[in-house]
Amino acid sequence: MIELLARHSPGLPEWLTLCVVLYSIGLYGLLTRRNAIAMLMAVEIMLNAAALNFVVFDRFSTNQQADGQVMALFVIVMAAAEIVVGMAIVVALYRMRGTVDINQMNSMRG
Amino acid sequence: MDGDSGWMMQHAWLIPALPLVSFAVVGLLISPYWKKGAGVIATLSIVASMVCAYVLAWEYFTLYPAGGEHPILVPWSFEWLRYQPGLAANVGVLVDPISLLLMIVVTTVSALVHIYSNAYMHGDYGFGRYFTFLNLFTFSMLGLVVAPDIIQMYVCWELVGVSSFLLIGFYYNKPSAVAASKKAFIVTRFADLGFLVGVLLLSFYGYRIFPDWSAEVGAVANGLAGTQPVDFQYLNDPVFLAKFAALDTTFLGISLLTLSMCLVFMGAAGKSAMFPLHIWLPDAMEGPTPVSALIHAATMVVAGVYLVARLFPAFAFSGTAALLVAYVGAFTSLFAAVIGTTQDDIKRVLAFSTLSQLGYMMLALGVSTAEHTLGYTASMFHLFTHAFFKALLFMGAGAVIHAVHTNSIWEMGGLWRKMPITHITFLVATLAISGIWPFAGFFSKDEILAAALGSGHYVIFGVAVLVAGLTAFYMFRIYFVTFWGKGRGAGAAHAHEAPALMWMPMALLAVLSAVTGFFPMAEYVHLGEAEGHHGINLAVVIPATLFALIGIAMAASLYIGDGHRAVALAKMLGSVHQTIKQKFYIDEVYLFITHRIIFHRIARPIAWFDKRMVDGGVDASGWATRSGGRALSLLQTGQVQTYGLWFTGGVAFVVLILWSALV
Repeated sequence: MIELLARHSPGLPEWLTLCVVLYSIGLYGLLTRRNAIAMLMAVEIMLNAAALNFVVFDRFSTNQQADGQVMALFVIVMAAAEIVVGMAIVVALYRMRGTVDINQMNSMRG
Repeated sequence: MDGDSGWMMQHAWLIPALPLVSFAVVGLLISPYWKKGAGVIATLSIVASMVCAYVLAWEYFTLYPAGGEHPILVPWSFEWLRYQPGLAANVGVLVDPISLLLMIVVTTVSALVHIYSNAYMHGDYGFGRYFTFLNLFTFSMLGLVVAPDIIQMYVCWELVGVSSFLLIGFYYNKPSAVAASKKAFIVTRFADLGFLVGVLLLSFYGYRIFPDWSAEVGAVANGLAGTQPVDFQYLNDPVFLAKFAALDTTFLGISLLTLSMCLVFMGAAGKSAMFPLHIWLPDAMEGPTPVSALIHAATMVVAGVYLVARLFPAFAFSGTAALLVAYVGAFTSLFAAVIGTTQDDIKRVLAFSTLSQLGYMMLALGVSTAEHTLGYTASMFHLFTHAFFKALLFMGAGAVIHAVHTNSIWEMGGLWRKMPITHITFLVATLAISGIWPFAGFFSKDEILAAALGSGHYVIFGVAVLVAGLTAFYMFRIYFVTFWGKGRGAGAAHAHEAPALMWMPMALLAVLSAVTGFFPMAEYVHLGEAEGHHGINLAVVIPATLFALIGIAMAASLYIGDGHRAVALAKMLGSVHQTIKQKFYIDEVYLFITHRIIFHRIARPIAWFDKRMVDGGVDASGWATRSGGRALSLLQTGQVQTYGLWFTGGVAFVVLILWSALV
């Protein structure tokens, strides 16, 4: 089994496909979920897809500087900060409107 | 200026400035709080200005005694408007015999009218406003008279127009007065359009010719360095006129000099109410009577005559323009005199008489030439005497109207017993205007007739003699009807003599009307060599006096008694009489032209075009923007996920394009 895995360890295309799939799931969630918290979760998935992308390229690149891993760490930190702000906004919205249904947040309609 | 000119000469600006200051002070500070004081202060300022004018005249004629050279002085001026280097308009005071003459006439008549008005307007609801406007008028008129250049003349010209408008419409709650003031303003403004184009032509070509001129006359060496292309001294200069007339550019075959002079004359004709721009003056009688005496008889309406006199060398050089002046003047004097014989309103008769006399002054200017300048002197002489006797006639009419409370002569009658002073002064003025020796009108008319005869314009001479007869006829008609016979109306029965403040100025004017004829005008006002008083020319005196006496006799036979002969004569003339009484239907012609042709055929299509095409175009662009915005706003759903979808689609689209371009 180990050998099988070693012989068939996934290459760059497989990893990138995984990234695209993750990103698309996030985007789909962002555009379709009505719950604001669910949308924030979808954004997290998209951010993690991007972070994974960095790590994948770092793993397959020739130089051994670990730049991509550093960037992935940055993305994680930034995502944490972003979710703090996003959740604060959602909580404020909930207090004001009594709901987090994004379809009812349409006071900017033309 | 030079050391030996007197104090008044250096402070000549005081003459127009005093009424201006008093206008501001009375209008802003005094008249709202102290009605009586407004009249007193306004009157005092004009009296002060009058004294200044007398002192100035005395100083000028001490420096340049009668009979000698009379140079044009500009003792005080400053640059007011600089259009560009070499073209600036000055504001200043020009002193020469005719400006002094006008200053004296304006300040004297204005002071007397102010005094008279204190009594006449007593208790009127606009007492303070009245004196404010009267001061404004006097300032503007004096500014016009002393103008050293045509720009100041034009500015003050419009100022007298607006003060005339304000005073005609003084009783602003009376619809006929409002209509009359609008009519006066529009007609004179229309004429001023011509004047303005004339001013523009003169200053444009004046500016172009100016460098040539100053090289030729040696302007700097001769002390003319400060001359501007709009100054009258330059515009009247023979060298300039010769260059201007010799320009190749012509308009419809007439030279630019003649064209610009004709345009200037159009402005003068509007202000002096020459045919066919005369229609505003009879209606202007809606204003208070002292205003008619001051503005519409003695001073403002002679502004046109003064303008022509001021530019006389230019008119004379053109020749054609002078002829136009002569014939328009002669026609107006006859036309207005004929209408004057039929009017029933005492002030309207006097208004038509003013028109007729202004025509006289114009024709005198028109017949004189650069060599034969008697007409110039005669015109100024008649302006001088006419101002006194016509102001007196209006003041007399005002006193009568004040006593009888009607304007119609047929409701007056028998007033000589009740108003003896008014009667005597009115009789003096009537004799003066009829040209009976030894009253003032005799001498000035005599000089005009002599000028017309001497210049060889026999038709104009004939017209003028005929008009002299008509003048005597219509003046004695109103005199007999008003003062003789029995009182016809309720007002006439209860008439009383005017108060002293009214009859004293009248008495003074009566003295002036009686004696100013002996003033040796030719010694003071002349161009070139003084021609001297030509003495009594029997060829002129006999027909003029004969016609005047015939006129008086006809008036006496028709209107002394119950006037049944006049009624019978009117009935016999039938439609002719009716046409004359309706002023030859000129007003109706104007109404037809303005309403039926201009309003209906021109203004209405233009209004339609403006409303539908211009406004419609603007509205359409507004509508398109608004509805476009509304359509686009449908995209703004307010749903953040819709925006996200559009954004994602957009990014995908851009990526696709970049990808297809790069791969």
